[in-house]
Amino acid sequence: MVQYSHARFDDSFAALSDATRRGVLERLGRTDASITELADKFHMTLTGMKKHVAILEQVGLVTTEKVGRVRTCKLGPRRLEEEAAWIERYRQLWAARFDALDKVVEELQQKEKSDGRKNRE
Amino acid sequence: MDARTESDTSSMKNRTTAERKSERELVVTRTFHAPARIVFEAWTRPELLKRWWAPKSIGITFISCEVDARTGGTYRFVFGHPASEQPMAFFGRYIEVTPYSRLVWTNDEGGEGGAVTTVTFDERGGETLVVMSDLYPSKEALDGAIASGSTSGVDETFKQLDELLVTLGASVGR
Repeated sequence: MVQYSHARFDDSFAALSDATRRGVLERLGRTDASITELADKFHMTLTGMKKHVAILEQVGLVTTEKVGRVRTCKLGPRRLEEEAAWIERYRQLWAARFDALDKVVEELQQKEKSDGRKNRE
Repeated sequence: MDARTESDTSSMKNRTTAERKSERELVVTRTFHAPARIVFEAWTRPELLKRWWAPKSIGITFISCEVDARTGGTYRFVFGHPASEQPMAFFGRYIEVTPYSRLVWTNDEGGEGGAVTTVTFDERGGETLVVMSDLYPSKEALDGAIASGSTSGVDETFKQLDELLVTLGASVGR
């Protein structure tokens, strides 16, 4: 489905190769957070956390927005693409089941007609 | 986009839709050209369920299919998969079974975080709209289900990479 260039994949790989950065993504999956909150949560300096967030932002895993003095971080478009891709695969699974169900239903209807009975039993 | 082109060849009514309706809920819909009574039977009789729940294209096959579709009854599906030695079991309990209109069951194989599935059968003019909703106990549970399906392999790779980096770091320090 969605293809990423090798360069982008390598960058994402590097971005995710750090346990703190994976922790940040997990945290942002629950709710948006400011850099300060993230720094507190992961016992880091603001500068240290800013670097981690910048790396995640570069590869599209996180987006940030500054309102006043607070920079809020949330999951970026890449995460949303992943979710959309998962939902599409889930849809395809059910589409395949329902196509098979169509055949079963059709057969049951045929059988009912040939039995000449409307009732279930 | 690509999802839409695929359905252009068949009638829109036959289209399966899937959507994350809320933080906790996934919804799948599909219309069948048959009365609700017949569609409902195909969802509740094991010998019929077996014929469509594991179509060839999804790569799993039924080993067993036990269904007691009564309120309070249980179900247990066991599948084999070529890539796995262990069979996979899916099981739960029917919370509500209202003939020809509504089925509600639990999904207990995953423990606490399992969804409650509600299927409604809505007949109009000889056609039946099926709406299937998976309601997870929390946003985290649904996010987890999505993440385990889309990135588990990747997470595993990163874990290995972490270990490798630690090993490399240790050897450099020596």
